[in-house]
Amino acid sequence: MDMINSGDTAWVLVSSALVMLMTPGLAFFYGGMVRRKNILGILMQCFIILCVLSLQWVLFGYSLAFGPGNPFIGGLQWAGLHGVGLEPNPDYAATIPHQAFMIFQAMFAIITPALIIGAFAERMKFSSFIVFTILWATFVYDPVCHMVWAVGGWIRNMGALDFAGGTVVHINAGIAALITALVIGKRTGYQNKPMAIHNLPFVVLGAALLWFGWFGFNAGSALAANGLAVNAFVVTHIATAAAGLSWALLEWKFSGKPTTFGVVTGAVAGLVAITPAAGFVDVIGAIFIGLLVSVFCYFAIGIIKPKFGYDDSLDAFGVHCVGGMWGALATGIFATKVVNSAGADGLLLGNPKQFLIQLMAVGVTLVYTAVVTFIIYKVVDAIMGIRVNQEDEVMGLDLTQHHERAYTVLE
Amino acid sequence: MKLIIAIIQPFRLEDVKKALYEADVNLITVSEVLGHGRQKGVDEFYRGAKETGNLLRKVRLEIAVNENFVEPTIKAIIKGARTGKIGDGKIFVVDLPRCIRIRTGDEGSQAIG
Repeated sequence: MDMINSGDTAWVLVSSALVMLMTPGLAFFYGGMVRRKNILGILMQCFIILCVLSLQWVLFGYSLAFGPGNPFIGGLQWAGLHGVGLEPNPDYAATIPHQAFMIFQAMFAIITPALIIGAFAERMKFSSFIVFTILWATFVYDPVCHMVWAVGGWIRNMGALDFAGGTVVHINAGIAALITALVIGKRTGYQNKPMAIHNLPFVVLGAALLWFGWFGFNAGSALAANGLAVNAFVVTHIATAAAGLSWALLEWKFSGKPTTFGVVTGAVAGLVAITPAAGFVDVIGAIFIGLLVSVFCYFAIGIIKPKFGYDDSLDAFGVHCVGGMWGALATGIFATKVVNSAGADGLLLGNPKQFLIQLMAVGVTLVYTAVVTFIIYKVVDAIMGIRVNQEDEVMGLDLTQHHERAYTVLE
Repeated sequence: MKLIIAIIQPFRLEDVKKALYEADVNLITVSEVLGHGRQKGVDEFYRGAKETGNLLRKVRLEIAVNENFVEPTIKAIIKGARTGKIGDGKIFVVDLPRCIRIRTGDEGSQAIG
């Protein structure tokens, strides 16, 4: 155990706790956006994911994602954390116990399916939701994670750069969000414009918790308390600040007034975009990534979504997939070996090949996830029905799925 | 003059408003209320403890109209609010002896529109 570095281990454990807090943070971010009859439904979906996928991860998910296997998926050698002990695994992190790496990655596996909730909010049956989520984690998240991050994974071997999960987490969840929004259909009464947001302060609170937790997400992905972690920490903060400001300015120009909802949406888009780049770009790159991500997401949410008329209720696709794609491609543009000698130079430093590799990684994830998500949806729908009936939808998920309500009117 | 009070399902409000505008009824007061009729309430559970018959959220409309608008208003509310299921609500029509517009002091059918 003498190879274990206490500083690195402490940082990864703290980062794991930070990333854990992002899922309840996301719950409030999303929960504030829905009508008040559905907030417990959102909080509950996020919370049950914490419970269910933590177990899935230690029982077999971690093994499928990171265990030895083929270029597409890991085997079951590490099922039940067999052989995943307190000694370091130098393939992934040479200075921390293997289980520290495992629990850090567990938090990523938890928040990724939680992001998809935004697409089908206010209309999915709770029981079907649990089944859908377990299947999605097993057949989409774990293989994509393996392909991009695991030793022997073929997208990793292709040379694609994804520091903290732009492809694995955000593009992955974001395209799954679009597919589920399309197949589940619009909410009853949806008319191509936002439905009543019941608690904007919750949305702001959730966004703030996400920003805070994201330091663990990105800087923790250095897997050590070192200069690279500091770089990731700083660029994460700066890109987020730039994106929040940029969104406010866009609103000021195009709709007259900057809104709190806009600035926090921009900040989250900034966090998404900097995620794959955090360990490869410097602060000037981060400013460009942040300023521009708001432009793309603003366009996707404000113009593309109403035009096509899909009900991506809380913009899981519009923020995570669009922002994630920009982040992955921007990594290929702004990456520099000055920040990370293990990385690569990007387009701006005369390496267009990296940009093409990034493009390829994005394309593969989009196609794989879209197809498998569609299949999982159809299977679960055929067996148990995914959408609540209209009466339940009208009364709200809180009362019909959980027999509780969040707020009282009298007393 | 009549005061028309309607208790409807919250999610039918947009349709009722639309039907009222189409009938040229544009002055309306809306409030949120709790209650239940034959629909009963819903059961809720808190840490295993069941609470039965809890009140349901409803929307209450108040519309003051001249006689010639009474039937169109009623028709519009029914058109917008009716689903055919228990819980659609009720319409009450009561006589309205006076109506005063605060800004001008106008009274009666002049003030109502």
